[in-house]
Amino acid sequence: MIAAGKYDPYDFANRRHIGPSPEEMAEMLRVVGVESLDQLIDETVAEEIRQKTPLDFGRALSERGALDKMRETADKNRVLTSLIGQGYHGTIMPPAIQRNILENPAWYTAYTPYQPEISQGRLEALLNFQTLVSDLTGLDIANASLLDEATAAAEAMAMAHRVTQSKANAFFVDQDCLPQTIAVLKTRAEPLGLSIVVGDPFKDLDPAAVFGAIFQYPGVCGEFHDFSAPIAKLHAAKAIAVVAADPLALTLLKPPGEMDADIAIGSMQRFGMPMGYGGPHAAYIATRDAYKRSLPGRLVGVSVDARGNRAYRLALQTREQHIRRESATSNICTAQVLPAVIASMYAVFHGPKGLKAIAERVHRKAARLAEGLASLGFKIAPDAYFDTVAVEVGPYQGLIMKNAVDYGVNLRKVGHDRIGITVDERTRPTTLEAVWRAFGGYDLVYSDEHPEYRLPDSLLRQSGYLTHPIFHMNRAESEMTRYMRRLADRDLALDRAMIPLGSCTMKLNATAEMLPITWPEFAELHPFTPEDQALGYRELIEDLSAKLCAITGYDAMSMQPNSGAQGEYAGLLTIRAYHKSRGESHRDVCLIPSSAHGTNPASARLCGMKVVVVATDARGNIDLDDFRAKAEANGVNLATSMITYPSTHGVFEETVREICDITHANGGQVYLDGANMNAMVGLARPGDLGADVGHLNLHKTFCIPHGGGGPGMGPIGVKAHLIPFLPDHPETGGGERTVSAAPYGSPSILPISWSYCLMMAGAGLTQATRVAILSANYIAKRLEGAYDVLYAGKRGRVAHECIVDTRPLAERAGITVDDIAKRLIDCGFHPPTMSWPVPGTLMIEPTESETKAELDRFCDAMLGIREEARAIEDGRMDRTNNPLKNAPHTVEDLVGEWDRPYSREAACYPAGAFRVDKYWPPVNRVDNVYGDRNLVCSCPPTNTYLKAAE
Amino acid sequence: MLKYTEEHEWLDLDGDVATVGITKHAAELLGDVVFVQLPEIGAKFAKGDGAAVVESVKAASDVYAPLDGDVVEVNKAVVNDPALVNADPEGQGWFFKLRLDDIKAMDGLMDDDAYQALVESSA
Repeated sequence: MIAAGKYDPYDFANRRHIGPSPEEMAEMLRVVGVESLDQLIDETVAEEIRQKTPLDFGRALSERGALDKMRETADKNRVLTSLIGQGYHGTIMPPAIQRNILENPAWYTAYTPYQPEISQGRLEALLNFQTLVSDLTGLDIANASLLDEATAAAEAMAMAHRVTQSKANAFFVDQDCLPQTIAVLKTRAEPLGLSIVVGDPFKDLDPAAVFGAIFQYPGVCGEFHDFSAPIAKLHAAKAIAVVAADPLALTLLKPPGEMDADIAIGSMQRFGMPMGYGGPHAAYIATRDAYKRSLPGRLVGVSVDARGNRAYRLALQTREQHIRRESATSNICTAQVLPAVIASMYAVFHGPKGLKAIAERVHRKAARLAEGLASLGFKIAPDAYFDTVAVEVGPYQGLIMKNAVDYGVNLRKVGHDRIGITVDERTRPTTLEAVWRAFGGYDLVYSDEHPEYRLPDSLLRQSGYLTHPIFHMNRAESEMTRYMRRLADRDLALDRAMIPLGSCTMKLNATAEMLPITWPEFAELHPFTPEDQALGYRELIEDLSAKLCAITGYDAMSMQPNSGAQGEYAGLLTIRAYHKSRGESHRDVCLIPSSAHGTNPASARLCGMKVVVVATDARGNIDLDDFRAKAEANGVNLATSMITYPSTHGVFEETVREICDITHANGGQVYLDGANMNAMVGLARPGDLGADVGHLNLHKTFCIPHGGGGPGMGPIGVKAHLIPFLPDHPETGGGERTVSAAPYGSPSILPISWSYCLMMAGAGLTQATRVAILSANYIAKRLEGAYDVLYAGKRGRVAHECIVDTRPLAERAGITVDDIAKRLIDCGFHPPTMSWPVPGTLMIEPTESETKAELDRFCDAMLGIREEARAIEDGRMDRTNNPLKNAPHTVEDLVGEWDRPYSREAACYPAGAFRVDKYWPPVNRVDNVYGDRNLVCSCPPTNTYLKAAE
Repeated sequence: MLKYTEEHEWLDLDGDVATVGITKHAAELLGDVVFVQLPEIGAKFAKGDGAAVVESVKAASDVYAPLDGDVVEVNKAVVNDPALVNADPEGQGWFFKLRLDDIKAMDGLMDDDAYQALVESSA
């Protein structure tokens, strides 16, 4: 694939991205027992599955070449000052947060905090986020973020439907809600059989006719109201009240909780996260205590560790799709951890007084702007506003909008005769003067005099917020920097060690790929910026889409979905619309193998589909007879089959074409979950195998970092016949199938995937896949004898991941998969995926990015653990007081009295652990049961140590 | 009269009222129970309806109405202290009492020997 012998120091694919050197690969091939990488790939991926034409994207770019290309593309975007508003605002990310969090691999390369002992830092930051949200909204409990404001509104609607005791089937939507929110609500309501009523909450709301309602606070054109009265009416009819609130406004205004709202949602974008042409940003959801079990998404809670010391963890996981599957509260899996951490740090950085001061400054700018426009004779609405006004301009709308652009400002069109203006933290005096000039006020000059406040006394906030000491720390940058560093040091991310999580593809997130995301030309565009100002983004999205189509064999991509689960939802919605267009809307059955990821059935349910589970055989493959029988039994009602390829068991099933054929023969469409695409790029294409639609996880295969649990991107690809049914957006002339708030999802992180494709080119991408497969087979081979590797293909090879069976250790030594995972932390590793897809096993995915030395360190650790278990089996080690049961070991263990039947050295320096660079977990094993029995989801009092109940 | 269901629930009949809970085997499979949700008193269920919810850290399960009937009493103690379900699943850890529409329907359920055989065959 790659020309041998020639050394190119600028070769990104081989010298940066792919871990094992050519010499190391030769040794790995020898251990695996093959002559060449070609031979291994031939034995792993059958000829009939393979693509016939190699991937070819021309010459690979060097890092410098790719950065030049990014610069050239960025320069095609024009950064004007956005006063568009509509849910997206200019904001200032404090430089200390930019450098220490957003640009710090200790934060952005971490995984979702499912293993709490190595995630205490970001769990604390997320707990700060939850405290921030619940304080600002005046509600009891908030989760650790959702994907964007529009989907948060949809989650709130679904949650309202779950908890309401009203029998009504309609959901009322305030006409002042953001247009993209209304579009997503309509999209999400329809397949669930719910109807949407849009209107004025004070005139059109019939509480008896709805199970819930959502109000925007302040509204899209700046108006705000006290919703206490309509909320009381809703409650009298047993309906649920949702308020979509701007968190900055809530520092000045009466919070939704004090209006007796049941749920609040919104976007935390303006807390320091740039607009990024649409994302990523953290949305929030908060509710009252009584409804906490119906909250969707991830929730951080406080618990204790084995010593009774405080420790954080993800709480109430039984609500989520990986346990509840089609009965889950939502299909949501990815959150927006990195943006949520940034929002929480922004609040720590400014504190309550600072946030309030920012809000007041923003309000003063709005008031000055309005006073100036009024002095020019324009009619301004509303009388009371926070940061947004609408100006009546009659027939001059087009002219003024154009003038504004000439002065470097984008405004918002409202109807045919009004213009909306929203100011923010970044708005400067010169910006206000530019707006006045656009309206003809050439002589108006900015004055520092305080304008009259336009916030009504009755709605001013009286209650305090952010009273916890964490929001009152000394904000000297020295202290802030150390706080961020301390939290980062508690966590184990890719910058310290391999994260061999099966199905998660924790590969290199190269620095060169990351650099452009903070460039103003990518970061500071509003998602509804006029197209002619975003030509760079257009080129990026078009070229990346073309490359992803070439990789997958699909004909078009939609970048709108913000996560894999959103991609599934968008894909199923596409299929649904296709069937409907053919007069076959009765097709509503979705076949899903029992081994599927939990998001699959959860997404199918959200699309109003009936899930029929197909059996898998002893080898982990789809049971073809069962599949055929169920496809035929459902015949005319078959909508789709959802398959994962290679399978969730890590095998290239050779029956995949037959499964697609059976689906098609019965009139169904095939959805292919692209979670395992890292095993396919350059070797096989879903589109060639028979898939009609499928998503890609750009945060897996295409190098977007996991951010400690988000952001992600889950664009979908479709075959030509499905193109007319792809997601659309109200800003681009649609709104029937809108799955995200922004038309292109989270564009500011797309330069990462694009740079990756440009620097790897076709041959490099293909080689990455081949080496990912080699690394997995190398681990499987090295662990042979100590552990059984389950589910190999016909010729005994695994794909890009392998499942090792640890159940014999449970039977013989009483050592559970948890014990092994926690012991791996002592060895300095993030544990592999536990008990999925097979209970009691570990699924290991090394990716192509790990060097042989790191793979060996991991294998040594696993083999060392096997020996420790053997000592227990043989009776040489106690069954309960041993290094596996007591793992992970902390410094607290060492400084206390040592009364264990093994040495301190054995405890802390097991095979694989570094001696000098040892990772010390900050807590002992976290007590999950205590945390769920004693739920606390906001910052606990400082300096108190909880004692375990037992 | 003590009977068992294939859903790993037990029923203890007294007059026409059956006390319902989950078996020791079910409690062991679930692990440490952290949450129990009980039905409203007066709720009417048909056999197989989801009547209660029991959750551990890693699993969530419905507790089904084992037979047709209406709920006459619920065990608030397991809501306040879910650990009771693990400590004494077939005693203090009961869930609810169901007034059966037809006590003869009890005959269709498993006795102790049949249930133990079921547990052993699935082990």
